[in-house]
Amino acid sequence: MKRSNTFLLTMLGFGFAFFYVPILSMIVYSFNASRLATVWGGFSTKWYGTLLSNAQVGKALTLSLEIAVISSTTATILGTMAGIALARFTTFRGRTLFSGLVTAPLIMPEVITGISSLIFFILLGQYLGWPAARGFTTVTLAHITFSMVFVTTIVQSRMLSADRAIEEAAMDLGAKPWQVLRDVTLPVISPAILSGWLLAFTISMDDVVITNFTTGPGTTTLPILIWSKVKLGVTPDINALATLIVLTVGLCVLAAGVGMNRAERRAERDRRLAYRANQ
Amino acid sequence: MIARWFHRKGWSDLVIGLPYVWLLIFFLIPFLIVVGMSFATRTSTAPPFGFGGENPLVNLAGYARLFSDTLYIRAFVTSLVNAAGAMVLCLLIGYPMALGLTRVDRGWRNILLMLVILPFWTSFLLRVYAWMGLMGSNSWFNKLLTAGWNILVPQAWAVANVPLMHSNFAVVLVMVYTYLPFMILPLYANLERLDPTLDEAAMDLGSRPFAVFRDVTLPQSIPGIIAGGMLVFIPAAGELVIPTLVGDSSAPMIGRVISDEFSSARDWPMASAVAVALLILMVGPMMIYARFDARAQARERQA
Repeated sequence: MKRSNTFLLTMLGFGFAFFYVPILSMIVYSFNASRLATVWGGFSTKWYGTLLSNAQVGKALTLSLEIAVISSTTATILGTMAGIALARFTTFRGRTLFSGLVTAPLIMPEVITGISSLIFFILLGQYLGWPAARGFTTVTLAHITFSMVFVTTIVQSRMLSADRAIEEAAMDLGAKPWQVLRDVTLPVISPAILSGWLLAFTISMDDVVITNFTTGPGTTTLPILIWSKVKLGVTPDINALATLIVLTVGLCVLAAGVGMNRAERRAERDRRLAYRANQ
Repeated sequence: MIARWFHRKGWSDLVIGLPYVWLLIFFLIPFLIVVGMSFATRTSTAPPFGFGGENPLVNLAGYARLFSDTLYIRAFVTSLVNAAGAMVLCLLIGYPMALGLTRVDRGWRNILLMLVILPFWTSFLLRVYAWMGLMGSNSWFNKLLTAGWNILVPQAWAVANVPLMHSNFAVVLVMVYTYLPFMILPLYANLERLDPTLDEAAMDLGSRPFAVFRDVTLPQSIPGIIAGGMLVFIPAAGELVIPTLVGDSSAPMIGRVISDEFSSARDWPMASAVAVALLILMVGPMMIYARFDARAQARERQA
């Protein structure tokens, strides 16, 4: 038993080194004074200066945030509706097609989603005159479509594990179905809605492939800007940008994780206290 | 009037109808257009396709080229081999990690799990980029590998640096790096639920630790292996970003071929035919995944 544990712990250590050495190396090299991105030439923070004085980066970041906020909010509303529909309405016309439509975007290769959206928007523009050009609107529409199904998955599984008795109690007390939804169901699934929003936001902020197909000249999101630079090779200012992004996201996720861990422990303690008080 | 309609039936129609119509317009119709496009004929008009000429409605030339032009067959083979390689390596690295996670105590476990998920929340593109920095011929990592290689092999095989970048190996390595969490998480969820008393019973009956693993743990974790495997294989087979950045451009993967046919060659019907063929190839793995996922969820609901 002991020997097998040593092996497993060694593999864990190796795995975490594999996860984090590339990222740490990138962070270290963002402080490289040399213009050659992979040869160490002394410590310097000059690439951060270069980065901060680059107006393109700021513009791309603002654009990405705008698209991510609009698309993830819309995707959360639509995705939550779809999750509620699939979890609560077991029979309606076209349910099989609907559940297929909700699963398919999850496993569809991004290239295909990207190309089909692009062809769709081009043909729409050609025959209906809208959208006249590709850019902010088309990117946002595409982001909503492929991120809403992630929200649906999260909301649906939360709905299925939620206690239906509370909803039935509200119904027995005379609440109309719509009031039950507003006053009981939505508050119960609100944590799932929040994590759905966060996931949709992250997916939108991170997307390269679908954005690359649906965007037009002048609409350069942050990932598209990085993509166009990275295709040419490793540069020190991208190392600096990557470091800032990784550290920002990492700290946010860590803070959220620590917060959730603490809330979970508090809930556990409360439950134990309540149990003891009832004895 | 409207309020009454809303309270009686309208709200449920809205909850079903809005997302339904959205997905029909922005997902199903574009997808059907691609399927239809794959039977069209390439023209020099804008948009560059049409129906007419020798094959007015159904032109199977694109599908015929899939089998006659070796470019496509090679691209499909490269994609499937790379995705399968990434899946197997993810399993070999991810399985011991997932099993190891079930053996550390609770407090540490949550921290380590978070460290597994953390890279997933940071930018995908930047994780690929991090490896570009490591694999370049002047990087410390490449120098380390080169030194190791030159010590281990006979003098005649010595190299100035290991050619990592722009190879299929680089593609598989980076795929393993970016998709490993998809393997670890379902495996961990599966392994964590196993009953430890079964292990103890096997041990009491005289099994050695490896035999316990082979006869007790491994068979019970097959649903987790399949779920994780498909979660790695499906996106890896259609991957575009990784092969574009670190792959060998003379042996492209299928995602790259679709994108090039579409953008550079402006052959929409051919790009669509390749896309449809990729989806048909993916149907098998997707159905396996859906089956096991449905079964796992049913079990969870019972518990």
